Amino acid sequence: MNYFELFKFSPTFDIDTAVLADRYRELQRAVHPDKFANDTEQQRLLSVQRTAQVNDGYQTLKDPIRRAEHILSLRGIDLSHETTTVKDTAFLMQQMEWREALEDIRESTDHQAIINELYDSFAAYRLKLTKLLTAQLSSGSDEDALLAADQVRKLKFMAKLQDELTRIEDALLD
Amino acid sequence: MALLQIAEPGQSAAPHQHRLAVGIDLGTTNSLVAAVRSGVTATLPDENGQHSLPSIVRYTQEGIEVGYVAAMSSAQDPKNTIVSVKRFMGRSLTDIQSGEQSFPYQFEASENGLPLFVTPQGRVNPVQVSAEILRPLIERAEKTLGGELQGAVITVPAYFDDSQRQGTKDAASLLGIKVLRLLNEPTAAAIAYGLDSKQEGVIAIYDLGGGTFDISILRLNRGVFEVLATGGDSALGGDDFDHLLQAHMQQVWQLTDIDSQLSRQLLIEARRVKEALTDSSDTEASLTLADGSVLKQVVTKAQFESLIAALVKKTIASCRRTLRDAGVTADEVLETVMVGGSTRVPLVREQVEAFFGKAPLTSIDPDRVVAIGAAIQADILVGNKPESELLLLDVIPLSLGIETMGGLVEKVVSRNTTIPVARAQEFTTFKDGQTAMAFHVVQGERELVDDCRSLARFTLKGIPPLAAGAAHIRVTFQVDADGLLSVTAMEKSTGVQASIQVKPSFGLSDTEIATMLKDSMKHAKEDIRRRMLAEQQVEAARVLESLNAALSKDGDLLTSDERQQIDAVMAELVQVASSDDADAIKKAIEILDEHTQDFAAKRMDNSIRVAFKGQSIDKI
Repeated sequence: MNYFELFKFSPTFDIDTAVLADRYRELQRAVHPDKFANDTEQQRLLSVQRTAQVNDGYQTLKDPIRRAEHILSLRGIDLSHETTTVKDTAFLMQQMEWREALEDIRESTDHQAIINELYDSFAAYRLKLTKLLTAQLSSGSDEDALLAADQVRKLKFMAKLQDELTRIEDALLD
Repeated sequence: MALLQIAEPGQSAAPHQHRLAVGIDLGTTNSLVAAVRSGVTATLPDENGQHSLPSIVRYTQEGIEVGYVAAMSSAQDPKNTIVSVKRFMGRSLTDIQSGEQSFPYQFEASENGLPLFVTPQGRVNPVQVSAEILRPLIERAEKTLGGELQGAVITVPAYFDDSQRQGTKDAASLLGIKVLRLLNEPTAAAIAYGLDSKQEGVIAIYDLGGGTFDISILRLNRGVFEVLATGGDSALGGDDFDHLLQAHMQQVWQLTDIDSQLSRQLLIEARRVKEALTDSSDTEASLTLADGSVLKQVVTKAQFESLIAALVKKTIASCRRTLRDAGVTADEVLETVMVGGSTRVPLVREQVEAFFGKAPLTSIDPDRVVAIGAAIQADILVGNKPESELLLLDVIPLSLGIETMGGLVEKVVSRNTTIPVARAQEFTTFKDGQTAMAFHVVQGERELVDDCRSLARFTLKGIPPLAAGAAHIRVTFQVDADGLLSVTAMEKSTGVQASIQVKPSFGLSDTEIATMLKDSMKHAKEDIRRRMLAEQQVEAARVLESLNAALSKDGDLLTSDERQQIDAVMAELVQVASSDDADAIKKAIEILDEHTQDFAAKRMDNSIRVAFKGQSIDKI
């Protein structure tokens, strides 16, 4: 399923998420089961299936990592079940440093300062990766597509770090 | 040239006749029914002017009492007077007995391990008890509105899992009520406040009822309510405040070794004290013992607040986590809506206001707000307001997963995913020639199966015998708009549809439901046959009516050939429907279904086309 087609977008990474949200709501109005509450069982079942597709499409296009993965899969590069890992040693070193920083949060005296600092550096690094990704996805060459796949893998690492950080922050607040 | 459309005799083609539908708040402590009448939405009172019905059912030798009558006997006959049955919905007996609370009821376990209350009217399960609460509400509505109901929207806590939702729906089905939608209580409250028409932005709904706590974060945009995240605790509510107060009072009076009757008396007094402390800084509690002596003590608001402070703090922690899941901050929240009787407790209001930094909305009676919202939604769903812009997009409250090797959970659908949702997962065989596979579906956030709730076990059969790893089984998990799960499976290389037997872990099996239906009829075989026939006839009429409506709206999507075919099959069904052969009617409905498949798909595509009309294709 090409979700860009469903939402009437051209398959580019740089989409207007406000327009996406508008179209999502319009699509929901057209297919949601509540619009078919008095219809035949058959029509209602179809409506549940279509709405599920619309929901999945929206989640895919809304999230930058999943959107990039979707573009790559439309170009024949499937990242969802792959076992390839990132080989960039500088990146991996940086990851290790951040992991250690996460572990040190609990022992520090000013938790929130370190947490905020980490949030900022994560955001800055993600921005850097996203810029590369945007350029590589828009070029259309196969070589760039493979490079883009590498940025997506790195962004996934970053998403895990971010989750870890929020979990730690949460635990400290409770 | 457009073909003339003729409605079936006796079936009105008039689309705008007013249909009767209600919203029902099936609460832990109290239940209500509401309806829209001449444009005004209100809860419906009983003949004594009481709007709420205590969710209490008493089983006696003579019969079944519900509501205020049952409440009056609650202290004398606690063993047979079931209160807060909602807390037992979708739970196993082991779950219930492993909790801290003890109950005065005599329990037995059903075949599935569900709790059965042993009463003078026989063994009853929580679904049946809930149906008894629904019964007088439905009767009240039909009497007040003057006709048979076409359907109902029933509210559930957002945090209810699949088995709890299914149980609620089953309770309505026992009474033959069509459930238009299971609506989450917080969403219902947002609708009641009419927030859909006025605002755009984020709202938070803090719902503390008798037995459950829910926090939901919604985004409103031109009539669309999008639930961003929901959280809470399905075992935390005002009842817990009562129990803490009860324990405190018991301790002060140094009462040890109390029987279930005295315990119930204490609980009732604790509730009264809690309510009295809403408007005063202290109050006197009293208790009359069996020997006629009277105990007294003063309880201060400060004492009460220190007892419940930890629980209130727990709800605020939930609010914080849920905001984070929704990806918004407390400052971004435009309005906070308070729902549930327990939000009358001053400490609760103070803490919520402090956390969100704004005074919460409380203008609609927090006990009635959910039923009112449900009634508004019911009125729309039943078809009385075709021009309505209102649309609710809800989420699944808990992740769905399946058990993998070593008792681990593989998540299939994560929580806070907008529903309906479908996810396909592929599996393969472990041995040569393997023809069956067993699955275990669980719901929850933890990584170990034992820490999640077991939803269902099912077996895939009829897998073509192939070499190990050669068969690719695609299992599709689908969650509908009510949050209910269904599973289908197919072997990919051969296209063989594997059959699935789902055995709900804590719900009722199909056989149990059938037995309950039979029991409720208490009739001979002939009557059951007649009921089956009546059901098929009603179904045929429903299919024909919906299809007629669809044809008059979207008939132009069909070529005249296609139209003629559908008309012919419809005519066939009309004829068969007047016969007394239930199986033949069922068959005719299935044939009509087959012939309208393409039409259904065309209508859906057309609906999407219309939605995008005037929208240019972006940046091409």
